[in-house]
Amino acid sequence: MNPSDITAENSVLALLTICGVIVAVACLIASEIIMNAKKKHYPEGAKIKKPLPVILLQVASAVAAIPLVISIVLKMIDLFTGNRENLISTVKLLGQGFAFSFGIFIFTILFSLPLGLLVASGRMSKIKTISVFFKTYISILRGTPLMLQLLLVYFGPYYLFGVTTGNIQIGPFNYRFIATVIGFSLNYAAYFAEIFRGGIQSMSKGQYEAAQVLGFTKSQTYFKIILPQVVKRVLPSVGNEIITLVKDTSLAQVLAVTEMFTQASALASAQVSVMPFIVAGLFYYLMNLVIETLLGLLEKSMNYYS
Amino acid sequence: MNILEMHDIHKSFNDLAVLKGINLSVAQGEVVAVIGPSGGGKSTLLRCATTLERIDSGKIVIGGTELCNSDDGFIHYCGKKTLGEIRSKFGLVFQNFNLFPHFSVSRNITEALVHVHKKSREEADEICNALLKKMHLAHKANEYPCNLSGGQQQRVSIARALAANPEIIFFDEPTSALDPELTKGVLKVIKDLATEKMTMVIVTHEMSFARDVADRIVFMDGGVIVEEGPAFELVTNPKEERTKKFLAGY
Ligand SMILES: Nc1ncnc2c1ncn2[C@@H]1O[C@H](COP(=O)(O)OP(=O)(O)OP(=O)(O)O)[C@@H](O)[C@H]1O
Ligand SMILES: [Mg+2]
Repeated sequence: MNPSDITAENSVLALLTICGVIVAVACLIASEIIMNAKKKHYPEGAKIKKPLPVILLQVASAVAAIPLVISIVLKMIDLFTGNRENLISTVKLLGQGFAFSFGIFIFTILFSLPLGLLVASGRMSKIKTISVFFKTYISILRGTPLMLQLLLVYFGPYYLFGVTTGNIQIGPFNYRFIATVIGFSLNYAAYFAEIFRGGIQSMSKGQYEAAQVLGFTKSQTYFKIILPQVVKRVLPSVGNEIITLVKDTSLAQVLAVTEMFTQASALASAQVSVMPFIVAGLFYYLMNLVIETLLGLLEKSMNYYS
Repeated sequence: MNILEMHDIHKSFNDLAVLKGINLSVAQGEVVAVIGPSGGGKSTLLRCATTLERIDSGKIVIGGTELCNSDDGFIHYCGKKTLGEIRSKFGLVFQNFNLFPHFSVSRNITEALVHVHKKSREEADEICNALLKKMHLAHKANEYPCNLSGGQQQRVSIARALAANPEIIFFDEPTSALDPELTKGVLKVIKDLATEKMTMVIVTHEMSFARDVADRIVFMDGGVIVEEGPAFELVTNPKEERTKKFLAGY
C-alpha cells in the first residue's frame, strides 16, 4: 500500500464514521421516543418488554457505530506505530497463534469439565481413602503454579520413566500441545471440582428425599433432579474460570507452543513495538466478549425458575 | 386389612433414643392423626415408615409387603426390588413441599410416572390432569413451582404423592410452612381425600382439623405413644395427664 491509498482510505473512513455517528444517535433517539410513548400506558416503574422496532433500532445504532470504533482503533495503532502495514501481517501471524490458543482452550474445557465432576464425586466419596486422595489432588493442583505443572507433564515422562516424548503425535498435535492440554485439564479440573462440590452440597436434602420416596434410582436422581439444578447454580463461577482460562492459555509459551502470546512476544521484539501485544490483547478480549455473551444467554435460558 | 403395620419400632440417633417401642397399625381407609409436642419423634416415625430412616429394631409392613424385621434380633431390610415395590405403595407429603423447582407443575407429577412406573407420556398426562383438577390447579399445569403460592405448591406435592396411586399417604405437618390464609385450601383437599376413603397418616398441629377429619388420633411424646383413641373422644376427653396438658395448650 502506498501513502495515497491510505489517505483515500482515511477519507472514506472519516465519512463513514461521521454518517455512522449521526445514524446511531438518530436510532437511539427514535428508540427512546418509542419507549417513552409506550411507557405512558403502563404504571410507574413497571417492567416493559421492549417491542421489536426498539430492539432493531438499538441493533442498527450499534452497527452504525462500528466505523467509529474502527477509526479509534486505527488512530491508536497509528499513534503507537505510525505503520499500518505491519498490522496486517501481525494480525495474520497472531491469528495463527490464536488457533493454537483456541485449541488449548476448547480441549481443556472438553476434558476438564467432566474430569472436574469426577474429582468432585471422588472428593465427596464416603470411602475415606478416595476422598482423601482427591482432596490431596485438589490441594496440590490448586496450590502450585500452573506453569510448573505444565513443565512436569512435559518433562516428567522422560525424567521419571525415561520415556521419550519428542515423536509422539496424535493427528496434527505434537506432544508439546498434548502436554499443554493435559496440564491445563488436570489443573482446571481441580478448580471445577471445588465449584461443583459447592453446587452439589448446596442442594437441599429434601430434593434427594423427595426423589427417593418417588422411587427414582440413584442415577436418575443425580442426572434428572440434582445435576440440572447444580448447573444453574455453578454457572456464574464456572464462567469465571472459563474466562480466566482464555487468558491462562498464554502460559503454554513455557512449553514453546506457538500460541498467540508466544507469537506476540516474537513479533514485538522483531518489530521493536508493543503493537503486537495490543492486537493480542484485542484477540483475547474479543474472544472473552463472545464467551461472556454466550454465558449470558445460557444463564438467561435457565431463568425460567428460581 | 391393615395397610401399615409398625411393630415395636426402636430408633436412636447416636446415643439419643428417639423411638422407644412404637406400635402402630393403620387399617384400609383409616385416617390417623399423629399429634404431640416438638421433639416427640413424630417426624422420625414417619421417616422410618417411608424408608428415609433405618430403624434399629422392629418390624414394618406396608400394603402386605415387609420392609424390615428384626425377628432374629438383628435388623434385616428387604432387597432393592422389594424396596421399589414398597415405595410405589405409599406417598409422602413434606412440610416444605420439596417440589422439583426446575420442572413445571405437570412434570413434577408425571416424571416418576414415566421414568419409574414406565407409563406412556399420554397416560401420565391424563393422570396428571385429573389430579390437578382435583387439587383445583388445572390452570397451573405449565407454571413453575416458584410462581405458585405456598398453598398451591403443597397441593401440587399432594398431587405428586397421589400420582402413582399409592395405598397410603403420609403427611408431615403439611400446613406448618403456610400462612394461615393458605392452610384452608390444603386442609380442604386432604379432607376430600378422607371422604374418598384414602388411607392417611397425618402429623399435624391443627387440632380441630385432626378432630374433624381423623378417625383416630395418636398422641406421641418422648418417643412413645402415650395415648390413642377415636379422634373426637381423645380431644374432648383425654385420659392421660400428659395428653391433657398438651391439649390444654390449644
Ligand atoms: N438426623 C437426626 N440426627 C440426630 N438427631 C435427630 C435427627 N432427626 C431427629 N433427631 C432428634 O430426634 C428427636 C425427635 O425429632 P422429630 O423430628 O422426630 O420430632 P417431632 O416430633 O417431629 O418434632 P416437631 O414437632 O418439632 O417436628 C429430636 O430430639 C431431634 O433432635
Ligand atoms: Mg416433625
